[in-house]
Amino acid sequence: MKSFTYERPGTPAEAAAAVARTPNAKFIAGGTNLLDLMKLQIETPTHLVDVNGLGLDKVEPTPEGGLRIGALVRNTDLAADARVRKDYGVLSRALLAGASGQLRNKATTAGNLLQRTRCPYFYDTAQACNKRQPGSGCSAIDGVSRQLAVIGASETCIATYPGDMAVAMRVLDATVETVDAKGATRKIPVADFHRLPADKPELDTILKAGELITAVTLPKPVAGTHIYRKVRDRASYAYALVSVAAVIGKDGTGHVAFGGVAPRPWRVEAAEADLPRGAKAVTDKVFAGAKPTEDNAYKLKLAERTLGAVLTEARA
Amino acid sequence: MKFDTPAGTNPIDRLKVVGKATDRIDGPFKTTGTAPYANDWHDPQAKLAYGVVVGATIAKGRIASMDLGAAKAAPGVVAIVTADNAGKLGKGKLNTAKLLGGPEIEHYHQAVAVVVAETFEQARAAAALVKVKYTATEGAFDLASVKDGAKDPGDVQGSPSSSSVGDFAGAFASAPVKLDESYETPDHAHAMMEPHASVASWDGDKVTVWTSNQMIAWGTRDLALTLDVPQEKVRMVSPFIGGGFGGKLFLRSEALLAALGARAAGRAVKVALTRPQMFNNTTHRPATLQRIRIGATPDGKITAIGHESWSGDLPEGGPEAAVLQTRLLYAAPNRMTALRLVVLDLPEGNAMRAPGEAPGLMALEVAMDEMAEKLGIDPVRFREINDTQVDPEKPERAFSQRSLVACLRQGAERFGWDKRGKPGQVRDGRWLVGMGMASAFRNNMVLKSAARVRLDGKGMVIVETDMTDIGNGSYTIIGQTAAEMMGVTLDKVIVRLGDSDFPVSSGSGGQFGANSSTSGVYAACMKLREAVAGKLGFNSADAVFEDGQVRSGNRNVPLAQAATGGDIVAEDAIEFGDLDKTHQQSTFGGHFVEVGVDVATAEIRVRRMLAVCASGRILNPKSARSQVIGGMTMGVGAALMEELAVDTKRGYFVNHDLAGYEVPVHADIPHQEVIFLDEVDPMSSPMKAKGVGELGICGVGAAVANAVYNATGLRVRDYPITLDKLLNRMPDAA
Repeated sequence: MKSFTYERPGTPAEAAAAVARTPNAKFIAGGTNLLDLMKLQIETPTHLVDVNGLGLDKVEPTPEGGLRIGALVRNTDLAADARVRKDYGVLSRALLAGASGQLRNKATTAGNLLQRTRCPYFYDTAQACNKRQPGSGCSAIDGVSRQLAVIGASETCIATYPGDMAVAMRVLDATVETVDAKGATRKIPVADFHRLPADKPELDTILKAGELITAVTLPKPVAGTHIYRKVRDRASYAYALVSVAAVIGKDGTGHVAFGGVAPRPWRVEAAEADLPRGAKAVTDKVFAGAKPTEDNAYKLKLAERTLGAVLTEARA
Repeated sequence: MKFDTPAGTNPIDRLKVVGKATDRIDGPFKTTGTAPYANDWHDPQAKLAYGVVVGATIAKGRIASMDLGAAKAAPGVVAIVTADNAGKLGKGKLNTAKLLGGPEIEHYHQAVAVVVAETFEQARAAAALVKVKYTATEGAFDLASVKDGAKDPGDVQGSPSSSSVGDFAGAFASAPVKLDESYETPDHAHAMMEPHASVASWDGDKVTVWTSNQMIAWGTRDLALTLDVPQEKVRMVSPFIGGGFGGKLFLRSEALLAALGARAAGRAVKVALTRPQMFNNTTHRPATLQRIRIGATPDGKITAIGHESWSGDLPEGGPEAAVLQTRLLYAAPNRMTALRLVVLDLPEGNAMRAPGEAPGLMALEVAMDEMAEKLGIDPVRFREINDTQVDPEKPERAFSQRSLVACLRQGAERFGWDKRGKPGQVRDGRWLVGMGMASAFRNNMVLKSAARVRLDGKGMVIVETDMTDIGNGSYTIIGQTAAEMMGVTLDKVIVRLGDSDFPVSSGSGGQFGANSSTSGVYAACMKLREAVAGKLGFNSADAVFEDGQVRSGNRNVPLAQAATGGDIVAEDAIEFGDLDKTHQQSTFGGHFVEVGVDVATAEIRVRRMLAVCASGRILNPKSARSQVIGGMTMGVGAALMEELAVDTKRGYFVNHDLAGYEVPVHADIPHQEVIFLDEVDPMSSPMKAKGVGELGICGVGAAVANAVYNATGLRVRDYPITLDKLLNRMPDAA
């Protein structure tokens, strides 16, 4: 870990300004990902701006009938929120499928969106990794890639976005609200929030330097059965090989997003019309153009079969 | 004390303390945070400095240049030790690669430097500033691709690398029913909770190392050899160990680098490996490729059994002895086994819990399941038919005790084995349900073990031995043994372990520790009893030690009275004769497992487990059960998830943290039941006990694999059995 300086600003805009004006500064909230990365010198910020004191920890109804989730709402609290459990069950289930109880007590809504990949080469500073060190190459493409992306990746990076919460937010059409150093706010559909690597895998999201997430809003609840199905090698505390977030109506129509397969939560809205025709019709479209490695080709079959299980569960 | 004739009746047989389920006496220290683990030590005499290890970032080659300038100039740096400035270093007898590499690099994350600074954070930051340029050379990293160049490794653990009885080839060729299958087990990490950690402090030419090590005498010897100092100049202290599983049998880099760092810094230095370093800097269980051939008559008699195993290690390393149990487990007139070794430039392989048997049984006991199916015979019955009471390679050697069949029968009955369905036929909601079983087998080793016991004027009995407690309960069974021998309650015994100033014990490994070390305490207590009896004017043969009293005839004297004139001290060792050569001493069990396999995703989850064990006298049923359920849990890991993923281009284990190297979590482990057969083995020791700590893992992997087969009708022969290996063959999930 490199030495760093630390401050606790008073308002979100001040926090944004503090990060914007300090080279190599970062926000810190729960720290469940950042501190690990700092110890391994994968992240080497010289200045930390602690946003924990900024409020931003309420879940409130919106005038449109949705929910506004403060950036600092802890995963445990969000999963347990009565309104989330009642109207956005897929989100509550996705949160509880992630990490461990201890981590969820610390991890925040915004921080969870920003968690970095678990690609093993990203985690070893001796190895080439374009995401960690732009231009150094990618060891994963011809290395061990069983966990990594089958679609949306590029020749520079095949890392996945590892989280669960964002997959549910993607199927719920959530919106990320931010503030920048000048106090300007913007709303980013979660669909656009995480970017595909293309030739800049070091950039996980479209956030600008110093731009701070203040909230995530959910639109009005969508009726249907809310399911989050996470497939992994052990029963708990493991990243998804494949996950499916779905809201399925009584008539078999609905919405579905996939986790563990791409650099961002993966959803192809155009394929959802095929949901009543069964899983294969949907996954054929969702994963059209997939480029799996030999190690992770199983994810395509797994995604199809997991969606099949989700549709079976929704019917039951 | 020589142990060369079977044990007769002795004071242990009273079983007033020994054999009772007993809470561990070190428990309160652990739950109150007052048990000092290695990294908790602070030498009050010296201001501690902190060392951080720099690991090589290539797998094989040379250091071309090393630039220490930036690191030396970093805040707080006190010293940097590399092979260039460490002075002349030897190598421990049990180390394969050098613990401080350079200029030659033998494996990834081989230590090349330790950076010592005032604080841990300063040392860590400075360590990242050490700039090393390497010249990499080609290495061999993929076992399968170099298998054909394998060599005979020579003797392995005192046994020949190959064995042959009768005419295996002819008998196999002519067998009416045959199986010829290959199996793969991956590299495994010990992945114990506590990282390797040591604090070293020099006093003149003598170094004390507070460390985490299972084998104190091996450790002091190898540290002395490596530092090139006499062994009496090295003291090692390791009273508490946060898990080892074989990963702490040996001197490892952090202990050496703490000693070197402390010498360079002129003060005490603490070094702990990072979690990533634990995977590539230390040892691991090597991967195996195994081939098993079994020929049998239609009524299930095995006529030919052959087991070959290939594994890799660094030059001068050894093989994973995966075939040894096959020499002993089942009868057959024609047999062969062979171990083959290739050079791999991965980190060095070595012992991990039940080395040999654990991966060997993962193959053999699946082959037995496959063969039973070919024969149309129940797997339990098939094993019964081929039971033997003598060493099948040397029939003149009987087993000292062999209750395999009793374990299997009792297990089958208790588990409801008769309700096992046909493969792929039992369904419970979304789960395909299957049952599997396997024999458990692990040899019982005995090692010389010494102890010192002291009686003081308050009637306290103090035991000192360099035996270690690796979290398994050594403190408690040693205390129970001394209490039983001296006729006192357990609270009158103080046990001190893990210090090279104490008499040399067996140490902890190979499931030899419990039986050997308590036998050493037995021997020392026999001497103490003689001394006490003499002091009190009793004939020691007649004296009865009971209820804190010594009694003979009508005379009854408090034990403490013997020490009123000063402590009485006795020291002795148990030395084993050749009973383990005239007889085969092994431990046995049966594992029964039920799994569910998700009909859609092929996720595998264990539903329930049972182990029935025959391990001689069980000294403490409570901690023995903990050992067995720990072994069962580790066996589930090996079956379903544990694999060091080898990057065959870059030559290292890629998943080098506990997020990447998955072991079972609580949610993976359901109901576990353990039954111990009530038996004693007088051939084994005066305690009549045998090892149990490793039996628990032996066969579990195969029982899980066989259950997966029974659930799905799909056989997977390369571990771990993950869903991707089933998915393409799974039936449609309706």
